[in-house]
Amino acid sequence: MKEPILIGNGQGFWGDSIDAPVKLMTGGPIHYVTLDYLAEVTMSIMQRQKQKDPKRGYATDFVQLMKDTLPTLIEKDIKVVASAGGVNPAACRDAVFAVARELGLTGLKIGIVEGDDILDRLTELNEKGADFKHLDTGEPLASLQDKVLSANAYISSRPLAEALDQGAQVIITGRATDPGLVLAPMIHEFGWKPDDWDRLAAGTVAGHILECGAQACGGNFSRWWEVPDFAQIGYPIVEAYEDGSFVITKHAGTGGMVTCATVTEQILYELGDPKNYISPDVRVDFSSIELHEDGENRVRVSGIKGIPSTDTLKVSMSYNNGFKAAGTLTISGPKAYEKAQKCAEIVWQRLADAGFTFEETNTEYLGLNSCHGDINPLPAQINEVVLKLSARDANPAKLTRFGKEIAPLVTNGPPGVTGFAGGRPRPQEIVAYWPALIDKKLVETRVTVEEV
Amino acid sequence: MRTIQLYDIAHARSGDKGDSSNVGLIANGAAAFAIIRKEVTPDRVRAHFKGIVKGVVDRYEMPNLLCLNFILHDSLGGGGSESLRNDAQGKTHGQALLLMEIDVPEDFQL
Repeated sequence: MKEPILIGNGQGFWGDSIDAPVKLMTGGPIHYVTLDYLAEVTMSIMQRQKQKDPKRGYATDFVQLMKDTLPTLIEKDIKVVASAGGVNPAACRDAVFAVARELGLTGLKIGIVEGDDILDRLTELNEKGADFKHLDTGEPLASLQDKVLSANAYISSRPLAEALDQGAQVIITGRATDPGLVLAPMIHEFGWKPDDWDRLAAGTVAGHILECGAQACGGNFSRWWEVPDFAQIGYPIVEAYEDGSFVITKHAGTGGMVTCATVTEQILYELGDPKNYISPDVRVDFSSIELHEDGENRVRVSGIKGIPSTDTLKVSMSYNNGFKAAGTLTISGPKAYEKAQKCAEIVWQRLADAGFTFEETNTEYLGLNSCHGDINPLPAQINEVVLKLSARDANPAKLTRFGKEIAPLVTNGPPGVTGFAGGRPRPQEIVAYWPALIDKKLVETRVTVEEV
Repeated sequence: MRTIQLYDIAHARSGDKGDSSNVGLIANGAAAFAIIRKEVTPDRVRAHFKGIVKGVVDRYEMPNLLCLNFILHDSLGGGGSESLRNDAQGKTHGQALLLMEIDVPEDFQL
């Protein structure tokens, strides 16, 4: 049997720790580092950037990371698989090549995977039978199609593995699935076939456990008081074997912990029907997973069953669905909650008196019940509370007006009101999410490997 | 019988799927799993999240990991970027479920 390979995930989402990928690369043995940068909102922002400038539309943080780490990656022969390409993987590659040249590096091979971005193909795909009806509600996309800001199919891990087969050290893709970034190196290293369902399922579960970074290593863990050294929390590494079994671990000397309990929590993260977890590569039965602790900070995962995947790919679309704005005030002292309720009443009444009503409004009391509603009783004495007022409307001008009605409360309402900083709330665009399915045959991916 | 919180015998993680959240509830051992399997029904979860969950609650069992997985439909005020709620992604729903009170036999060892 081949030696196991070590794959670590250093970025659970765009905005995750900037040090984590570097620590994965330098803190111990590692063969592959995966990095996920994409979310629906990110894709729409990147499409806008690309429309303004054809050389933009990717995760710029990734280029900085490559600048900082390329010499290490080359020295240690570590490969990187990143969904940093956004809606412009070629431009992202060119930017990394520019950095490599600046550093005087030669022989670096970068592979890009394209074809997931179907924004410019929607009409053509309609003609070929794709109706993009909403995956959950079944509603037709119809007139919303003109408002779509981004549209990406979640592609299989095969083309990513193919780029590795062609010798690329850095793989830059657009909308691959998060687990697919981890599965691709296993397909490449172990030569798993498209119908090796159990092993593809195992690699997909490994990717699922890794996809939110430190959440597998004690991050977000319910018994947080048991977690050592959060400040230096390690990011998860899978030690993957050719037979599809694997161990979840982290670098020695890092904080956090990898136990059956932390791994089980992450297995359940964003899970639907456990018997039918659908990826472009395979469908996984999560009710077949077995966990065993295999030494300190090592959890062995086995028994995973897969079944053939579906004939469709999931498509993630985003579209503009109006605007929202939110403002907060801190209310303190005697009868803090009653005063906060009065403040809310005053704001909404002043706006109504001025002729402004909104499609939706929300009044929340942070510190009391904004997260859990009435599940907990209110405390007997409330020292202070943060009032959060928010509104949503198709017309951003109305929300600008809403934003002007918060600060005056500091001087023309009840006493003990403060915490108004950072200026008036401004309308923000609502980027709504539209999931759909598309026939796999309608999405073709392209792999290009080039050398600097 | 005596009353405990789920917090005493289980742990949890939650996340979002569009306008629904999922809450995975993991028992601390086989005896605790038998209890949560019996006590933590979809109806009780829906009642616990009154005012937060507007839709139905689905429950899936995963005895292999001593877990139950709940889908709380229509529980995020629109979800993602559309929601006006502080917790638009159900990140805190796991902690909320652990506050549920259930009855266990007097001699049940925590």
